[in-house]
Amino acid sequence: MRGATRVKLAVGVTAVALTAAACGSSSDSGGSSSSTGGSGGGIVRASWGDPQNPLEPANTNEVQGGKVLDMIFRGLKQYNPKTAQAQNMIAQSITSSDSQNFDIKLKTGWTFSNGEPVNADSFINAWNYDTQLKNAQLNASFFSYIDGYDKVHPDTPGAKASATTLSGLTKVSDTEFKVKLNQKFALFPDTLGYAAFYPLPQAFFTNRQAWLAKPIGNGPYEISSYTKGSKMDLQKWDGYKGPDPAQNGGVELRVYTDNNTAYTDLQAGNIDLVDDIPVTQLRNVKSDLGNRYINVPAGIIQTISFPLYSSRWSSANSAKVRQGLSMAINRKEITDQIFQQTRTPASDWTSPVLGSAGGFKEGLCGEECTFNADKAKQLIAEGGGLPGGKITISYNADTGSHKEWVDAVCNSINNALGNNTACVGAPVGTFADFRNRITSKQLDNPFRAGWQMDYPLIQDFLQPQYFTGASSNDSHYSNANFDKLVNEANAASSTSDSVSKFQDAEKQLVIDMPAIPLWYQNGSAGYSSNLSNVALNPFSVPVYNEIKVK
Amino acid sequence: MGRYVIRRLLQMIPVFIGSTFLIFFMVYALGDPVAALFGDRAPDPATAAQIRAELHLNDPLWKQYLIYMKNIFTGDFGTAFNGESVVSLMRSAFPVTIRLTIVAILFEIIIGISLGVLTGMRRGKPDDTGVLLLTLVVISVPTFVTGYVLQYLFGVQWGWVSPSVSPEAPFNELILPGLVLALVSLAYVTRLTRTSIAENTRADYLRTAVAKGLPRHRIIIRHLLRNSLIPVVTFIGTDVGFLMGGAIVTERIFNIHGVGYQLYQGILRNNAPTVVGFVTILVLVFLLANLLVDLLYAVLDPRIRYA
Repeated sequence: MRGATRVKLAVGVTAVALTAAACGSSSDSGGSSSSTGGSGGGIVRASWGDPQNPLEPANTNEVQGGKVLDMIFRGLKQYNPKTAQAQNMIAQSITSSDSQNFDIKLKTGWTFSNGEPVNADSFINAWNYDTQLKNAQLNASFFSYIDGYDKVHPDTPGAKASATTLSGLTKVSDTEFKVKLNQKFALFPDTLGYAAFYPLPQAFFTNRQAWLAKPIGNGPYEISSYTKGSKMDLQKWDGYKGPDPAQNGGVELRVYTDNNTAYTDLQAGNIDLVDDIPVTQLRNVKSDLGNRYINVPAGIIQTISFPLYSSRWSSANSAKVRQGLSMAINRKEITDQIFQQTRTPASDWTSPVLGSAGGFKEGLCGEECTFNADKAKQLIAEGGGLPGGKITISYNADTGSHKEWVDAVCNSINNALGNNTACVGAPVGTFADFRNRITSKQLDNPFRAGWQMDYPLIQDFLQPQYFTGASSNDSHYSNANFDKLVNEANAASSTSDSVSKFQDAEKQLVIDMPAIPLWYQNGSAGYSSNLSNVALNPFSVPVYNEIKVK
Repeated sequence: MGRYVIRRLLQMIPVFIGSTFLIFFMVYALGDPVAALFGDRAPDPATAAQIRAELHLNDPLWKQYLIYMKNIFTGDFGTAFNGESVVSLMRSAFPVTIRLTIVAILFEIIIGISLGVLTGMRRGKPDDTGVLLLTLVVISVPTFVTGYVLQYLFGVQWGWVSPSVSPEAPFNELILPGLVLALVSLAYVTRLTRTSIAENTRADYLRTAVAKGLPRHRIIIRHLLRNSLIPVVTFIGTDVGFLMGGAIVTERIFNIHGVGYQLYQGILRNNAPTVVGFVTILVLVFLLANLLVDLLYAVLDPRIRYA
């Protein structure tokens, strides 16, 4: 439907422009020979974004760099692309009797693509390097559970490290090492599939610059060429002995600045796989691609968080206002109308990709997250009304098309309250500035927040965001009962006990509502008829190694 | 002439220092880039402090500027966040954008001036009115509309060209983007040439040339065009700088990894070295293009002399 209007518009507007450029069009056809069709020996041509940071395991915290690391590395554990379950990859076994001391045994025969063996040292050296303060790795905090972290990586700015190695890591043999944590953490083994925990070859330590120019890993692919900022060629590594070798000859990643262009290229057969469908194309993607369009849940939840440190939101009654606001948002209408069902209305603070065994519980939030305009109005009135009579919702305007939905959420709130000025969107120019205002506690109105899981665990959705003083607790929420339940969950002896404790903790969030769950985000992708067996994993990244090229 | 050029070059020094400082100041006013590096996660204070120290972010602005300028004179333009040095970014980006600009300028000169001469000579005739109307339409439609629409028609609907440009960006792939980039300026060049030609056709010297019995093509090219091109050359000269820096939209649409793309990434990530470095070079290009235009005047009009 939308495709048709687009063509009509195209013809209408350019009929004139084309005549003006009539002299030029003859030379334009000269460029036609440049479009090369076909797939070129089983290579997947996929869209990519320029990674923000150098491609080191512990320095990559966004999905574009993560994509590459997932292709060229395998860790102790691997998350099943379908079920999100953490399964042993390099690890033979990870055992513990007390949820604090872990014994990790490795499988033999794993090597890096330069021939070096993957052994206990590959992990211990990598983890020490990743933690050391002087290396300024963005994901260093992932090692904070390991004993001795505070010596290698003191948290106060300006402090000097008093050790260079984590005392919690001890090598037993080439195929076995022990990890001692500084607190009980039952789910620790399941976090080890995250990119920060990947091993590093000796080549990294001997010449880091050369390694960064062309990273060497132990995964199903190896990098054959890398032009920073424009493209990367990966080829199948024939020496890969793991259980999941590449089903194609290689992957060519092309950097696109504009996902609209990537989509247009897909339509023109210039590229095979686009894993970020522009919001403006969601209406016509089904008619354009048919069953070559993928739309599956991913481990991402969007919320509206409150600055609980601000006097506007810190009063005891203010929770009622927040609950009221939550009930004033018609999630279903927004996800249908704006997102074309690429989002699912949220009814808890986790994600459906965890599965019920992993801790996802539909409807945990109950009526507090269900649209009910009358109740919303009543609750907000009981809570003393909106602070100052009106609120704004801050968002960054540079990426992610947040404006549309923030305006829709505000409309929904305004309609429920019968007041056209109760809520307005407050755009902030750049993501950098937006994050600065949040981390320096400058906001006194709610702001949009998105959480993409690092590993598919309920712990990752709750603890970093809502535990007192946690690394991503932007609301500065603090509740003794919540903290107690989280600690108990971490110390639990079995996964199921741990999960149910976490869910008990999550129920505290319903009462305090430090953040309003909005919707679970899906991963969306489209591919050309050259490909088959394309799927997205729970991190909304294509499972490249399983793609087959015709 | 030589002294004039030297004087102009010397004048560029304060302009250069002033503009780099202004840009430097503005990029830093955007705020601290470190928080964005950590994504949605709050930065861990020790790591953030370490990165700030490496980037000299804790120093006062004037000191940061001095450090930056000192490095520039040793050829070091700093490093982008992905670890690539800004110099190597420039080395890959500028050739691409220069090629794009050349294509665009060629379109302006060939199509713009021809249409201008045609309409100027046939003032008031239907084809003159038609072209004028077209230029009006082209000027009023924003670049991103023409860009996306032409890309869709040529790239997807008719499949004549590839909708995006490969990283190597050879000339033949840059024809459509170059046209899109040139369209608005092209319309201006057409109108400017038309007015200028129309004015000069009534000039005395032209009547003399006709009276002498010179052939028509010689009258137009040697006498009419040479004198009418002065305002057009001014426009095209300043347009060089504008096209190189203003290609952000076009480069995004056609996925060209040139100057606009690097600037866009730099602004998005708050990376001062990238933005300041690229804009500094653009300022220089702009200044040199202006100087070149001034010197061209003397070639076109022998009455203009520089001392």
